[in-house]
Amino acid sequence: MIYFDNAATTPVRREVLEKALPFLETAYGNASSVYSLGREAKKAVETARAEAAAVIGADVSEIFFTSGGTEADNWAIKGAAEALKDKGRHLITTAIEHHAVLHTFEYLEKNGYEATYLPVDKDGLVDPKELEAAIRPDTILISVMFANNEIGVLQPIAEIGEISRRRGVLFHTDAVQAVGHVPVNAPELKIDMLSLSGHKLYAPKGAGALYVRRGVKIAQFMHGGAQERKRRAGTENVAGVAALGEALRLASAEMELEAERARKLRDRITDGILNNIPHTFLNGHREKRLPGNINISFEYIEGESLLLLLDGKGIAASSGSACTSGSLDPSHVLLALGLPHEKAHGSLRISIGRFNTEEDADALLRELPPIVARLREMSPLWSDR
Amino acid sequence: MYSEKVMDHFTNPRNVGKIEGASGVGTVGNARCGDIMRVYLKIEGGVIEDAKFETFGCGAAVATSSMATELVKGRTLPEALEVTNQAVMDALDGLPPVKVHCSCLAEEALHAALRDYAKKNGLEIEGLPEPKEDTHEREETEA
Repeated sequence: MIYFDNAATTPVRREVLEKALPFLETAYGNASSVYSLGREAKKAVETARAEAAAVIGADVSEIFFTSGGTEADNWAIKGAAEALKDKGRHLITTAIEHHAVLHTFEYLEKNGYEATYLPVDKDGLVDPKELEAAIRPDTILISVMFANNEIGVLQPIAEIGEISRRRGVLFHTDAVQAVGHVPVNAPELKIDMLSLSGHKLYAPKGAGALYVRRGVKIAQFMHGGAQERKRRAGTENVAGVAALGEALRLASAEMELEAERARKLRDRITDGILNNIPHTFLNGHREKRLPGNINISFEYIEGESLLLLLDGKGIAASSGSACTSGSLDPSHVLLALGLPHEKAHGSLRISIGRFNTEEDADALLRELPPIVARLREMSPLWSDR
Repeated sequence: MYSEKVMDHFTNPRNVGKIEGASGVGTVGNARCGDIMRVYLKIEGGVIEDAKFETFGCGAAVATSSMATELVKGRTLPEALEVTNQAVMDALDGLPPVKVHCSCLAEEALHAALRDYAKKNGLEIEGLPEPKEDTHEREETEA
């Protein structure tokens, strides 16, 4: 199978798996136990914390392990809202966030908070001026994603960090798609909280982290034991965390080379599609995007059909069509770019990872045109065009 | 999530295309929801001699169009009215719950084509329902 859905999840790298396995089998101790088996587990967790901190320029005391990106987003947003509720009840985010952020905002809106959802331009970018204009005296949190999961667009995080810090508003970023793929330095970018996840960078599912800048107080989310310096209870996922640390270390060490390689594949596939298949266009800014993200709309056809036929050729990718979202509406991200529904339904996301090769790109560029032609032949929109 | 029969009718759809000079043509659905079906019928002596379709939509939309046209070919008009969305789903060994609306759309596309035929020929087909409001809009309000 040719796997072009690395933004959904990634396989676990062999080196990462080997780092994790002992903590499932022989070194299975609880990191809170005093005997050597426990101390060994504790040491693994702290080593991973140091790796994670190093990758985003943080201090070890600022890294808190979670079950993944969704928990980190929930904790950051609900925790800040709870802690600052006496200061204000207004929160700012964007229309293109992941549902882990959007649905958390909607939950808070039902519980006495107000939210502003910033629009994006046709390229998927937030306007920092518009963001600054949305800040009110009672604004307590700004949450803007680092890189979008569907269209890969990189937001102007440095500018947003600058504005947030200057205006005294906490700034959280969901960096699940960005960390390990593009340089992310939390202190330099004036980020107060940052969510990251392991399974987008070749670690197993179920391990992530929230960076909380020293001095930032947010409410506790998971109550229980004294783990994570009493701020996130629950027995440490030692194997998962060890894997996350190793995966982050490797991703950081290889980032420059790997990003360059992915970018070449990305541009080759993008041009190969746009130049050879008519009535197609790229969604999201051409350059200000993740090195491995391609999102293209194929007019007159629907995305799920496209995915099924690609799957028939052994190629896995994803789409923003309603049929893959479990609702009748297509992707909220593509609609936010201003795409009409039918063009959003016909989108294809190709996300490149470290295991993709030039041969994979050849296969995709070979198989895609006849599949698109076949679906168009079948489409009443094509015959009416 | 799809049955083998759905995948078969999706990957090898029967009756794709147009019928030139069709006796009746019906288009239902809308691009907003991601499904549009158009059914062409060739009717002679009260029998559906041929049926073809064009569909913009997901795997289930294509499969239900294929199956619905397959089920009405060679049928009399009263027999064709027995090809309900349930009949189409049964013939496909079922559909996932979120895709049931596709089978409704297939039934409505058939009915729309039959209405077009009746109108062109000044006929009244007994038991043929009136056009429905857009299926998707209705489902959206129910959801």
